[in-house]
Amino acid sequence: MSVTAALAAMTAVPAEEGSTFHPPGPSSFELPPIFGDVTKPMLLLTLSAVLVFGFFYLAARQSSLVPSRLQFAGETIYGFVRNTVARDNIGSEHYMKFVPYLFTLFSFILVNNYYGIIPFLQFPSFSRIGFIVPLALLSWLLFVGAGMWKHGPLGYLKHATMPSGVGGPILVLLVPLEFFSNIIIRPFTLTLRLFGNMFAGHLLLILFATGGAALLASGNVLYGAVGVLSFGLGIGVSFLEMLVMFLQAYVFTLLSAMYIGEALAEEH
Amino acid sequence: MEGSINLVGLGLSAIGPGVGIGLIFAAFISGVARQPEAQSRLQSIAILGFVLAEALFIITVALAFVLPL
Repeated sequence: MSVTAALAAMTAVPAEEGSTFHPPGPSSFELPPIFGDVTKPMLLLTLSAVLVFGFFYLAARQSSLVPSRLQFAGETIYGFVRNTVARDNIGSEHYMKFVPYLFTLFSFILVNNYYGIIPFLQFPSFSRIGFIVPLALLSWLLFVGAGMWKHGPLGYLKHATMPSGVGGPILVLLVPLEFFSNIIIRPFTLTLRLFGNMFAGHLLLILFATGGAALLASGNVLYGAVGVLSFGLGIGVSFLEMLVMFLQAYVFTLLSAMYIGEALAEEH
Repeated sequence: MEGSINLVGLGLSAIGPGVGIGLIFAAFISGVARQPEAQSRLQSIAILGFVLAEALFIITVALAFVLPL
């Protein structure tokens, strides 16, 4: 596999004898099991469910008119998802039905993404694609189901694949395309977007950290200076990653809400 | 020189989304500068456009590591 070789060429670490630098690659994400068949991402995923439940349980337990700090934080997140994600995209008639799902989705993805920069955990569990597929399938089932509930099964297919105001032979071309892009492709892009961002971001962090360490340990003063630069860049990338982690959680929820809103929209 | 040609493709595929994302946020900034009260509406549209433009690159990131040479 020459991906690792290419990454080694990119980091420009001298390939001298006795060098112990192993450039990161897709194999960096295959962690050994901790016990039995249970791996670190599985434990992190379970922990995230406990964390999300615990935080919002504590925040909502003693709700009062004058909120405590914890309640205020919980309500800010809830209000953000309910108002700017759900209501603006689904419409004020049906949005409350979908707020529980969207809110859970957002907080769950957010916690799992931020594992990537929390010291000692330091592994975004969604850089393993298997954990995202069920989430994307749930969103897919939800928006297809919502459309079928609103328009009826055949009515939804017509709603999703036939753009209004188009008629005649162009439909032969347009209907398969719309079917493909609106129904088949969507869960794939939802999955790949979250996976790709988490995977690439974490790979970059590993690269700067391990590459910097290898350069510092090389014993050459000039290499050491570049190693310090590499750590500095790693810190910069960490801040970028914090932005990307939030953005990806937001975008996954936003797109789910948009798809639901589109499925529920009236013909016009 | 050794390495994977996939990574050259990865670099090339970053050009298009880079230009696209730049154009999207340029339009977003000038829209907000003209009409600051429209920011909240423009923001979700801009982020949607950003995400769609970025999807091309993200798919390439996945393919660059998955495809054999």
